[in-house]
Amino acid sequence: MFVDRNITEVTIMDVDKKPVLFIILAVVTILAGTLATTFIPLFMGTASPSRENIKFYTALELEGRDIYIREGCNNCHTQMVRPLKFETARYGDYSTLADSAIDRPHLWGSKRTGPDLARVGRKYPAAWHVIHMKSPQSMYPKSNMPPYAWLADRDLNTKYTEAKMKTLGYPYTAADLRALEGKTEMDAIIAYLLRLGNELR
Amino acid sequence: MAQEHAYDYRAVKGFAISSLFWGIVGLLIGILISLQLVYPQLNVTSWLTYGRLRPLHTNALIFGFTIPAAFSIFFYLVQRLGRTQLAFPGLAKALLYLFNTAIVLAALSLFAGMSQSKEYSELEWPLDLVIVVIWVMFAIIIIGTIVKRKEEQMYVSLWYILATVVGVAIVFIGNNLVVPVSLFKSYSVYAGANDANVQWWFGHNAVAFVFTTIPLAIFYYILPKTTQAPLYSHRLSIIGFWSLVFAYLWTGAHHLIYTPLPDWIQTVAISFSIFLIAPSWASVINGYGTMKGQWEQMRTSYLVKFIILGITFYGLQTLQGPSQAIRAFSALTHFTDWVPGHVHMGTMGWVTMTISAGFYYMLPRIYNTELYSVKIANAHFWLVLMGQLIYSVTMWITGIRQGAMWQAMEADGSLVYSNFIDTLTPNYAFWNMRTAGGIIFFAGFLLFVYNLYKTIRLAPKASSA
Repeated sequence: MFVDRNITEVTIMDVDKKPVLFIILAVVTILAGTLATTFIPLFMGTASPSRENIKFYTALELEGRDIYIREGCNNCHTQMVRPLKFETARYGDYSTLADSAIDRPHLWGSKRTGPDLARVGRKYPAAWHVIHMKSPQSMYPKSNMPPYAWLADRDLNTKYTEAKMKTLGYPYTAADLRALEGKTEMDAIIAYLLRLGNELR
Repeated sequence: MAQEHAYDYRAVKGFAISSLFWGIVGLLIGILISLQLVYPQLNVTSWLTYGRLRPLHTNALIFGFTIPAAFSIFFYLVQRLGRTQLAFPGLAKALLYLFNTAIVLAALSLFAGMSQSKEYSELEWPLDLVIVVIWVMFAIIIIGTIVKRKEEQMYVSLWYILATVVGVAIVFIGNNLVVPVSLFKSYSVYAGANDANVQWWFGHNAVAFVFTTIPLAIFYYILPKTTQAPLYSHRLSIIGFWSLVFAYLWTGAHHLIYTPLPDWIQTVAISFSIFLIAPSWASVINGYGTMKGQWEQMRTSYLVKFIILGITFYGLQTLQGPSQAIRAFSALTHFTDWVPGHVHMGTMGWVTMTISAGFYYMLPRIYNTELYSVKIANAHFWLVLMGQLIYSVTMWITGIRQGAMWQAMEADGSLVYSNFIDTLTPNYAFWNMRTAGGIIFFAGFLLFVYNLYKTIRLAPKASSA
């Protein structure tokens, strides 16, 4: 019942009778766009800016960034100011390649349930963030952001900090690592937020 | 005679039940996170916060619901279309146990906040390795069965099944290349714009090889089978298939319009997104063409209703998607609730309706029985249709509204709504309506599961295990 009259006329190389050939052709077809738009650009350098002027993450900022990832902040906050007038008016300078050049993974985001955070480090001091993180509703009664007061009660786990810095190739000193002692997760995430928008030397 | 009909449906049944179970879990989490967006006090403890549950919702419905539905229905299709028994039935049984164990571990890890952060690639590297093993086992069973088939010609559904097998493998591995720092933490090998580019190449082709080729494989089989009408055009299905699997891979960067990613990559992605309308509509036209002279079946057959509404939402989805890729439209709707509205027309409309039709078609046949209740199936249809429309339409409205408020500027160049919160709070009414839509959809899904449960319970016990 599936076979229409013209079926033999439109069969090329009998590909629909040879599964292995079919798989090879499908892989080649899939790899064409994959290589052209995604993997060849990796080696073209156009999406990989010079890292000369970029401030590397400190150990505390990196741990804060990992808490940002753990809590899925990127589900509601972008870090991508588009070069559009109404965006730069709201958030500040539009995002450049340099802003995220050392970010693994990137945290550009895809949904703004809350505002963009790419430049938030220029906007508020640490004390503001502490109050806001503990209870967003204390500042904005109608905010829908979950309260994160519990981050202040949790000591920062520094077991893997050195391994992380090494893996990512960020420079650090023994003093940087010692400075993490006694820090809470709240300290770390706020250090990270304060850095956003201040990526360049 | 015994040879011809000795199909092995054990894994088909196991994965069907797994899919329905995880479907219920994924939808429940969806309703919870929808409520959390309006009632932040529902973020009661760290592992129940929105930021951790949202990936759990998407992963549960992609990996927990859609993938086992594909395993189940594909294991049925390769046997029927190849007129042969499933290859490696022992492997299929092991796959069922490994799969469900992996989903439980995946859920626990997301509750705990273990995440690679990249959308639909959140699971950390040990689970990624398990997924690779699962996929290799799946591929061996599918390809093994196809190779030993007795029907020489591979029907369209088998092409889409093979595309799913290789497509998911390529994009999943490509996006999950990471450097581990511990058992629970890793960093992407890519940085910045390259990482984003790889991520959305993956993200959009997860749509291609999970949410498109899976339901298309089901659609091309059950539509002619159900309507008893031959497929409208074999030629169109060939053109549609190869141009679809070619074009999809070029479109990922339409998720990155107006970002610092090199412009040419964005423009190529936009062009291919527009082109993609053609192969997508090849299947829509094939569906409508097959219905020629049979349209009265839309009244008489609940299955045809699911199939045709499914392919119709696919058609709408593949027009809306490319329009969102246009720069001006992206500037307005990107980052707003328009996008979840778009996604859920595809997932609640096209994907779930087609998978539902697949189960409705397949399960009574493999249990040698009739569907328990056509009436309940019709109620299921209308509930999921209403629920999905309420979801999508409310999100489109509030998405455009919020996008317009973000853009609004006074003559002097200052923002009309400079406080972000003022653009956020009008969402709440729409989000409550969305929750209502989700609950209606969920009620329909529960009827679906109940109907299948009763169907299986009432099956004659003599049916081959």
